[in-house]
Amino acid sequence: MADTPSVPTERRRTALVGLLLASVFAVATCGLIYELLAGTIASYLLGDSVTQFSTIIGTYLFAMGVGSWCSRYVKRDELRLFIRVEILVALLGGWSAAGLFLLFPLVEQFRPILYGLVFIIGFLVGLEIPLLMRILRDRFDFNETVSNVLTFDYVGALAASLLFPLLLVPHLGLIRTGLMFGLLNVGVALLLLLLVPARASLMRERILALAVMASLIAGFLLADRIQRWSEIAAYGERVIYATSSPYQRLVLTRHDEDIRLYLNGNLQFSSRDEYRYHEALVHPAVGRVARPEHVLILGGGDGLAAREVFRHPQVRSVTLVDLDPAMTSLFSQTGLLRSLNGDALTDRRMHVVNADAFRWVRETKARFDVIIVDFPDPVDFSVGKLYTESFYRMLRPHLAPGGMAVIQSTSPLVAPAAFWTVARTLEASGFQTRPYHVYVPSFGEWGFILAGLVDPGTTTRLLPHNRFLSDATARQALVFPPDMARRPVPVNRLDNQALVRSFAEEWARYEG
Amino acid sequence: MKADPETPNRRSVLKGGMAAATAFALPGCETPTAGNSGGADMALGHRLRDGAFPEPVREECVPILIAGGGVAGLTAGWRLREAGYDDFRLIEMERQPGGNARGGRNAVSAYPLGAHYLPIPNQEARGLRHMLRQLGMIVGDSDGKPVYDPLQLCADLQERVLWQGKWQEGLVPKTGLSPKDKVDLAAFDRAMVDFSRRRDAKGRPAFAIPIAYSAQDADLLALDRISFAQWLDKQGWTSPVLRAHVRYACRDDYGTEPAEVSAWAGIHYFAGRRGFAADGAGDNELTWPEGNGRLTRLLAERLGDRVVTGQVAYRARADADGASVDVFDAARGTSIRYRADAVILATPHFIASRLLGEKADADHSYAPWLIANVTVDRAPAGKGSALAWDNVSASSASLGYVVATHQSASREGPTVLTWYMALSDMPPAHARRLLVERSDADWRRLVRDDLLGMNPDLDGAIRSIDLWKWGHAMIRPTPGFLWQVAPAQRAAIRPPFFRAHSDLTGLSLFEEAHYQGMAAAEAALSLIGHAHETLL
Repeated sequence: MADTPSVPTERRRTALVGLLLASVFAVATCGLIYELLAGTIASYLLGDSVTQFSTIIGTYLFAMGVGSWCSRYVKRDELRLFIRVEILVALLGGWSAAGLFLLFPLVEQFRPILYGLVFIIGFLVGLEIPLLMRILRDRFDFNETVSNVLTFDYVGALAASLLFPLLLVPHLGLIRTGLMFGLLNVGVALLLLLLVPARASLMRERILALAVMASLIAGFLLADRIQRWSEIAAYGERVIYATSSPYQRLVLTRHDEDIRLYLNGNLQFSSRDEYRYHEALVHPAVGRVARPEHVLILGGGDGLAAREVFRHPQVRSVTLVDLDPAMTSLFSQTGLLRSLNGDALTDRRMHVVNADAFRWVRETKARFDVIIVDFPDPVDFSVGKLYTESFYRMLRPHLAPGGMAVIQSTSPLVAPAAFWTVARTLEASGFQTRPYHVYVPSFGEWGFILAGLVDPGTTTRLLPHNRFLSDATARQALVFPPDMARRPVPVNRLDNQALVRSFAEEWARYEG
Repeated sequence: MKADPETPNRRSVLKGGMAAATAFALPGCETPTAGNSGGADMALGHRLRDGAFPEPVREECVPILIAGGGVAGLTAGWRLREAGYDDFRLIEMERQPGGNARGGRNAVSAYPLGAHYLPIPNQEARGLRHMLRQLGMIVGDSDGKPVYDPLQLCADLQERVLWQGKWQEGLVPKTGLSPKDKVDLAAFDRAMVDFSRRRDAKGRPAFAIPIAYSAQDADLLALDRISFAQWLDKQGWTSPVLRAHVRYACRDDYGTEPAEVSAWAGIHYFAGRRGFAADGAGDNELTWPEGNGRLTRLLAERLGDRVVTGQVAYRARADADGASVDVFDAARGTSIRYRADAVILATPHFIASRLLGEKADADHSYAPWLIANVTVDRAPAGKGSALAWDNVSASSASLGYVVATHQSASREGPTVLTWYMALSDMPPAHARRLLVERSDADWRRLVRDDLLGMNPDLDGAIRSIDLWKWGHAMIRPTPGFLWQVAPAQRAAIRPPFFRAHSDLTGLSLFEEAHYQGMAAAEAALSLIGHAHETLL
């Protein structure tokens, strides 16, 4: 560095000092943002936000201390190391939110990764401040340096703590927030690299910085897709339980008193209003049968429909067929969920079968007074088969004379063609139908179809003490306003899967 | 291999080997994939060729003898029983009847070893429909049309094609087409629709299935004298997308390149199918986990102990009382002489000729195929369209794979993918040699690489690859075969010997074998004077 200082170089030096001070601000803001991100994600995924935030902040500050202490072992070339650290923080911090979300479902032990990451970021940020002070010590006197650096540090922290809850989380989301601050970090590094007198030896840092920047920009642009990959980020509620069975991904979330179950990211129930859905699903059918003694429930492994069935004193047996043992065991073993379904799955009258309903219906010989068909929506071909003419034809002989079946049939408002396809298909299979619909806030307008060997009629005997379904609401449910009115639709067959297609089209249109 | 007109000389083998090497570049050493290997009983087949069988030690009398238990032979047996005639025997060389329609099974699923579906038959295929009704595949009628059992119709999604990195429904790409592609595809489509609708003065379709019901207008038969590729060139249809699709079709149904298939046969693929069914199922096909093995098993069950396996006919002669057929019983190691009034030779042409002591003519050639049943831990996925029954890649040398568990209730978990490849880009004899000479490990590597090229998501999920090699899988409908060679061959049939095989028409289709089986059985019944009403 024997070059004589010319005017442009002098100007460049001033700019460098300014930039170094700005980078203190950036480093402080980014560091705190990463810390807040980790705390928020830990609360989402692991619950108990007080513990999560306390331990994350503790780990982070301690790591910063370790970083500061270690800075004493840096003997020379502080600027180069600072730039390197900056790039590394950009990479780790920028990707931290996306990485944590993506890793959560994949790893056995999430906590070591979480705290490890927080520690490393804290360590690097802790290394940065002393390094900056040492870089700046030649430009200011000691008092001024300490004052400048710490001022920018604390102002940066304030900026971060205000931006995070007010602007960033609501508007950008966690994944984009992380990536954006990663870009800020690497941006500082790149500016420094531009202003530092050209030295070939910094080439590697330049390439590295550009690569990290490119990865962050790509991540920012693809954030929606990452969000979808990491289903959990999408819930926006605290996940209290998550597991993958061979058939599906089960996620339970809790927000205050509201417990929600998602299967493959699709909401199955919200404990706030599921009584509306399950009363409407169960009672109109059971109330149309003179002696509802033997009941079959297909799907409904959460036991909530069974809970409503057991309220009828005449019921002597309930057979529940659900594909996924993970589902039925979760809802028969967990205290919280057992209190939701009133221990329906462990009732001595209950007979749980874990089998594919298509195969089970084909093989069983039993007959039932009531059949409640509560399958997931026909989102793909393997669920779609459970809504076909072939399936309903196999089901029909299992309905006792005078019996009644009911089928959950998606939303007649959002997916009218899909809804009426189910009705048409039931009729083509030899059932007489009565479609009806109710409003369930967490689902929207939802539809069901009563199917009997004779006309199900318009009247049903309801139990007292329903929270939602009364004689008046049950009557009203049979009326379809013009926007949900019947329309011409094809029969859903195994070889056309008309339902899966119309359901997908209509929901895609609805969701834009 | 004196009788085989395709015996390769040394130079052509070398050339073939090189062609093969360029066609399928083999990667370096990797861990071998598990699996077994099989095919038609080659030892017994070659012994038949060399004529080394012991002389018969006993005699048996049976009024009608059927030699060959493929689709044609089994159909002939079924047709005899339909006429109330039970006094016959069917002998089959392999341990299991079914011929090219046989299926296999492992712990995960049953799977096809060859032919794997039957398109919904056309209105003209009366006899076949009669049989499907009996086998429980047609379950009723609606508006005068047959209703097929929905559980045996191919479930949605039937087909998807991998094109430009994404799966699309159907077999013809719909996006990323050049203006020329679009124009040619549309023109080709219109031409095929016109051919499909065309009828002759007697009301016969231009292209019927079975082809015996086809019109024989001069301009149509002229199509059999040029190759499909020549015909397409003449129309100016050079779009690479169209030509790739046409190539897929020719290899899929005939195991042969468009340049070697007659234009009549090529058009037949596209203009022959007018499936006759209620509920819009006419475009669909019947399929089962074990493929057409389901049909041949049901047929064989109906024939009961009239079917004898492990017996190979090696000589057939006419005499004063009718016919004598000498048969080697592989289990006992001795031979029997059957004395029969009528004999139905339900074998490929080259075997039937050999039995009768005739010289096989050079007009018959056969396409070799490699089938691989790949057991995978999870169902294939991919960008774009969901998994279909038939999955084809626009850029692969193979013909893709079908999913054995597609028809079953659950599509989750492990499955078997039946992967197909017609070895059509070299002379058949070279390809046959390649089938034998290339090691199984190399073939498996080729299958695995092709499959992973289509579905990288299967990396690490391939549990085993079972190979099945067909040296003579299909008769090749080369120019002139369908309307010159085949009719001459049918005209040469002389009682008491009748022939039943798809070789007699030149299209290796279930419908053709079925028709020929019925025709031979009815001719045999007429010969012995058993009254029956024709199903033809």
